[in-house]
Amino acid sequence: MTEENTAPLKIVVLVKHVPDVQFDRHIDSASLRLDRSESVLSELDEYAVEAAVALVESQGGFAAGHEVIAATMGAKSASNSIKKALQMGASSGVHLNDEALIGSDTVVTSKALAALVEHVGDVDLVVTGMSSTDAETSVVPAQLAERLNFAQLTHALNVDFDGATRELSIRRDHADRTLTLAAALPAVLSVTDQANDPRYPNFKAIMAAKKKSITEVSLADLGLAAQAVGAAGSHITVLNAEARPAREAGTIINDSGQAGIALVDFLAEQKLI
Amino acid sequence: MPSALVFFTELSDAPSKAQRELLTLAASIGEPTVAVASEVPEAAVTQLGAYGVNKLLVAPANESSFLDHSLSALEAAVKESAAQVVVVANDNFSREVAARIAVRVDGSIVTDAIDISADLVVTKDELAGSYSAQAQASGGVLFVTLKPNSIEDTPQAQAVSVSVEELAVSAATAPSVRIMATEEKVASDRPKLTEARVVVAGGRGVNGDFSAVEALADALGGAVGASRAATDAGWISHDAQIGQTGVTVSPQLFISAGISGAIQQKAGMQTSKCIIAINKDVDAPVFEIADFGIVGDLDKVLPQAAEEIRRRQA
Ligand SMILES: Cc1cc2nc3c(=O)[nH]c(=O)nc-3n(C[C@H](O)[C@H](O)[C@H](O)COP(=O)(O)OP(=O)(O)OC[C@H]3O[C@@H](n4cnc5c(N)ncnc54)[C@H](O)[C@@H]3O)c2cc1C
Ligand SMILES: Nc1ncnc2c1ncn2[C@@H]1O[C@H](COP(=O)(O)O)[C@@H](O)[C@H]1O
Repeated sequence: MTEENTAPLKIVVLVKHVPDVQFDRHIDSASLRLDRSESVLSELDEYAVEAAVALVESQGGFAAGHEVIAATMGAKSASNSIKKALQMGASSGVHLNDEALIGSDTVVTSKALAALVEHVGDVDLVVTGMSSTDAETSVVPAQLAERLNFAQLTHALNVDFDGATRELSIRRDHADRTLTLAAALPAVLSVTDQANDPRYPNFKAIMAAKKKSITEVSLADLGLAAQAVGAAGSHITVLNAEARPAREAGTIINDSGQAGIALVDFLAEQKLI
Repeated sequence: MPSALVFFTELSDAPSKAQRELLTLAASIGEPTVAVASEVPEAAVTQLGAYGVNKLLVAPANESSFLDHSLSALEAAVKESAAQVVVVANDNFSREVAARIAVRVDGSIVTDAIDISADLVVTKDELAGSYSAQAQASGGVLFVTLKPNSIEDTPQAQAVSVSVEELAVSAATAPSVRIMATEEKVASDRPKLTEARVVVAGGRGVNGDFSAVEALADALGGAVGASRAATDAGWISHDAQIGQTGVTVSPQLFISAGISGAIQQKAGMQTSKCIIAINKDVDAPVFEIADFGIVGDLDKVLPQAAEEIRRRQA
């Protein structure tokens, strides 16, 4: 037997500050930027925070020296998403905020986030959501694994961590099969909404979060030039964006015993049968 | 003329509808090359010719590899083909393979595309299909993932002959991810949910019994979908879940039964061409987006409709 590695785990959980999906979301037709005024911690990143905190709790808890660092790249208000993650149990936060980052595509976002993870240093595990609810690309986690040279364990339906071997294993769905995958740390783990039930912070957790630190990080701290990121550093340029005409409610009928027939009449009228 | 590369992880005897749509799109851009990360049967090669594919690059499968083999195969194919645009399917695995190679070759990636013009302007969905946007790449190879049901599947008037080459794939470079177990899923006789022209979906309102939903889907030759409430309850496989964290569908006809129409649910179906909703609550939000709504009990309406369709078809 090789000796057990009992060093505390250093986990970065990536949280994105996104427009609340419960409200109408708008892209400005002139600037082509998403209106971010009503933003919150992405609901899919709550599963990532829960996975990271639960993993620490399964390994002796924060008293054992493990760390969960909530990290975000976003404007000033994005610190609110870090605060929410701290209330859910993360131990500290880092916030990458720089005007030059506006307009970054995924290739550049992953470059900046990888640099942020390296800036934190000695990270064993990066945990992310399955998708951001604004960009909806689901590719940043894989790109981070590529850039950091970490194992890629993405779209996890569940997460198992073996503290003795420091191996992670997950189940992942494909169209025709479900795979069980395993890899040693360091790794990038993205979790689906099947993986857990995110906790609601209680009063004690909210008070405790106020004492936790959030470190502000700039591009210069990461050694990245302004031209290498944002719209300037991205290959993708958005040319236009238009709201699809809102769907309008059509005919609504009450079933008085013949609605199934009316449904088929409607299909015939629309030439759908 | 720009050159286009289509990448598949697998290609069976008969390319799927989504695969044929990718081939149609690639042929409209330029002379397409296809790369596949596993062996390709002879019948499929003939099919590729019918879509104007003149070159096929094959990287024989490596069953023990989760991701590395596909990454190496796509990287080699991008170099070999010198393509300016690479199109792949919209599923998570294809997206991730394309996204990592986009990083490796300093290219770029656009997901959820519905079209690519001859001058490589990509039209795509944004914000769960509530916006449509156009984007362009200023340099490097452009990777695009295409939503199913966006392009009309059309073979070329004249088939071409396909030259087949084996791809030299380098050994894995990424840290290893081991496949510990594989559970195959039972194949359904119904059309694939993402590709179907008709989808009938049930929610919490089916109260554990999907048979009425299935019977209507079968009468219409459609696929069966579900809300998360129904899949979480274990009434139907998680694969049937439509929405923000399930699959996105865009069929000609979507029939929603016993589903309230929460924002995360609508995210997966609101670009359907025609929506019919059956719900016993007149205030259910699903009625706001339905072209035809029935306030009623799905246990009565669905069987009656299925019966009427069978009667008219007889
Ligand atoms: C992060 C996150 C991600 C999510 N992702 C998804 C997703 O991808 N897909 C998804 O679907 N949901 C998703 N949800 C859940 C979503 O918010 C809703 O909770 C869910 O869609 C509700 O499912 P439902 O409409 O079947 O159930 P309910 O909201 O309970 O609605 C049931 C409906 O059935 C009607 N009904 C009952 N009996 C009958 C009857 N006999 N005949 C006719 N009508 C009847 C009722 O009037 C009611 O409107 C997500 C939630 C979160 C937080
Ligand atoms: N700007 C960002 N800040 C922090 N995390 C991010 C950011 N963008 C993406 N992520 C992470 O990457 C995941 C997938 O995002 P995406 O690839 O955009 O769908 C999200 O769930 C986040 O965990």
